[in-house]
Amino acid sequence: MIAHVIGVKMAFWNEKIETMPREELEKMQLRLLKEKVTEMYAKSAFFKKRMDEAGVKPEDINSFEDFRRVPFMKKTDLRDNYPDKLFVVPYDDLVRIHVSSGTTGKPTVVGYTQKDLDNWTEALARGMTAFGMTRKDMLQNMHGYGLFTGGLGVHYGAEKIGATVLPISTGNTSRQIQLMQDLPVTTLAGTPSYYFHIADVCEQIGVDIRKDTKVRKGIAGGEPWSESMRKKLEERTGIKTYNCYGASEFYGPMFLECVEQNGLHLWADLAYVEILDENDQPCKEGERGAIVITMLQKEAFPLIRYRIGDISAIDWTPCKCGRTHPRLMRISGRTDDMLVVRGVNVFPSQIESVIGELSWLSPFYQITLENKNYMDSMLVEVELTEESLTEDMVELTRMSNELSRRLKDVLNIKADVKLALPGTLPRFEGKAKHVTDNRRYD
Amino acid sequence: MSKIIKQLSIFVNNEPGRLAYISSVLKDCGINMRAFNLAESTEFGILRTIVQDPEDGYNKLKMKGIIVKKTDVIGVYMEDTPGALFTAADALGKASINIEYGYAYSYKDKAIFFIRVDDPEKAVEVIKDQGIKLVDDSEI
Repeated sequence: MIAHVIGVKMAFWNEKIETMPREELEKMQLRLLKEKVTEMYAKSAFFKKRMDEAGVKPEDINSFEDFRRVPFMKKTDLRDNYPDKLFVVPYDDLVRIHVSSGTTGKPTVVGYTQKDLDNWTEALARGMTAFGMTRKDMLQNMHGYGLFTGGLGVHYGAEKIGATVLPISTGNTSRQIQLMQDLPVTTLAGTPSYYFHIADVCEQIGVDIRKDTKVRKGIAGGEPWSESMRKKLEERTGIKTYNCYGASEFYGPMFLECVEQNGLHLWADLAYVEILDENDQPCKEGERGAIVITMLQKEAFPLIRYRIGDISAIDWTPCKCGRTHPRLMRISGRTDDMLVVRGVNVFPSQIESVIGELSWLSPFYQITLENKNYMDSMLVEVELTEESLTEDMVELTRMSNELSRRLKDVLNIKADVKLALPGTLPRFEGKAKHVTDNRRYD
Repeated sequence: MSKIIKQLSIFVNNEPGRLAYISSVLKDCGINMRAFNLAESTEFGILRTIVQDPEDGYNKLKMKGIIVKKTDVIGVYMEDTPGALFTAADALGKASINIEYGYAYSYKDKAIFFIRVDDPEKAVEVIKDQGIKLVDDSEI
C-alpha cells in the first residue's frame, strides 16, 4: 500500500474487511445475497408473493445475473406496508425505531435489532476512521436528534471510535458558534447548507474559524451539493468536508468519503449496489444510472433491490487510501420527482394533498426552489378559488397562515406561501410542470 | 335608491404594468371612475373604485377576464369643517361598527368619504341618526 511506502501507517477500523480483494468481496456478496433471499422468502409474505409472481425461487440464484431476476422494492412498497408490515422480526427483537418523512403524508417506519445498530455503527466507524477521525477528535453533531437517523447515527459512530461527541443537534447557530470556540471541537457534522449558514454568521459576528476554533474537518450529508460549493466552503472556513450518503431505509447515514475525497466508500459486506440504466440493465462501471441497493446483513427491515431514486455511478478502482471496496460517485440527480430541500425529502404530491384538503384553494399550484446564499428556499404559490377570493386582508392572512402551517406539518420544513389570484398561474396541456428548480450549485 | 353603494374591487397581481393594463380595459369598456383607491396585500393589489353603473361595469370587466368583485360601501358627505370626520367615526365606533377601510373623494365644494364597514345597513342608520348626509347610489 502506498501509505506504507511513504512510512505512514494508514489507519483502518477493520483492515481485514476494508482491504479485502475484489474477488473475495464479490464472493462474499453473492453468498450473503443468496442467504438473504432465502431467509426473506421464508420470513416475508410480501417478498414471497413478489418472488412467486416473478417466478423466481431462492435456489435459482447462483450469480449476480440471476439475482437481477429478483423484483425491485420501491418507496411506494414501504408506504403501502406502513407501519410495520415489512418487518421480519417481532417487536420484542427491536431495540430502536426511526421514522422518516415519507410520500403523501405517510412516513416510513424503520426498525432495528441490536445487530442492525451494530452494523450501522460499524459502517460509520470505518468511514470516520477513513477520513482521519480518531479518539482525539471532538465532534459537534449538528444533525437533528430524534426520529431522524442523522443525529443518532453519527453520534454512535463517533462514540464507537472513541471520539468525544457534543450532541448539540440542529439550530441555535449562535450557541453552535460559541461552543465551537469554547470547547476543543475539531470536527463538525451537518448539512451543506447549514455549513454555509455557520460560515455566514461567523463572518457577520467576526469569528474566524481558522483562528478562533480548532474545527478543521466536517461530515457533510443530507442534501446534494457540488464540488465547487465544497471548494468554496473549504476556502471560506478552512474546514475540509467529507461527503456522507445514506437513507433511513438503509440504516441511516452510512457511507463516507476517505481523506482522498474521491467518492463514498460503499462497504461491500454490508450493501450490494447495482447501477441500472433506463431499461433496468446494468450500466458499465463508471457510467451513471439508478442506484439499486440490497442490504446484505440487515435483520429487522431488510431491503432487497431497493430503488432509492438517486442517480450515481460506481468505481471499483482501488482507492489510494488502500481500501478495496467500490466507491459511489457524487449523487447527480433523481429518477423521480422527489425534491431535497434543506436536507428534507419533499414530494410535490405531499403539497398537492395539502392543497386538496383546503376547500378555498384551486388545484393550480407552482413550486419554485432557490438557493440564494446557499440556503434552500421553497415558494409554494396556489390559486384561490373565485368564491374564496376576498379583499379582507385579515381573512387573506388567515388563509395564508393556515396553508403555511399545514405544509409545515406534512413536509417538516417551512415553505414560503403565496396565494395567487384565480386563473393567473400557468396552465399546462398534458403533464403539468409544477416545479421550477432555480438552485445553482456552482 | 339606496344608501348602500356597490364598489367594484378589482384584483391585480403585484407586477409592473398591471395598473396600466387595468386602466386601459376600463377605458375600452367606457367605465368612468368617480373615485378610486389602490391597496395591496402581500399577495396582490386591489383597485377599489366607485363607478356610475356598477352592474354594467362589473359585467363588462368580467367579460374581459378581469377578476372583479362587488363590495358594499357607504358614502358619507363631509362638511367642510373641522371635526366632521370625528362625528361620523365616533358614532360608528360607539355602535360597535368596525371601519375596514375608507377613501376620500372631493369635487368642487363637495367631499365624500367612502367607507367599508362590517355592517353597512346598521351603519346607514347610525350615520342618519347623527344628521349626517349619505350619498345615494342614484347620485353617482
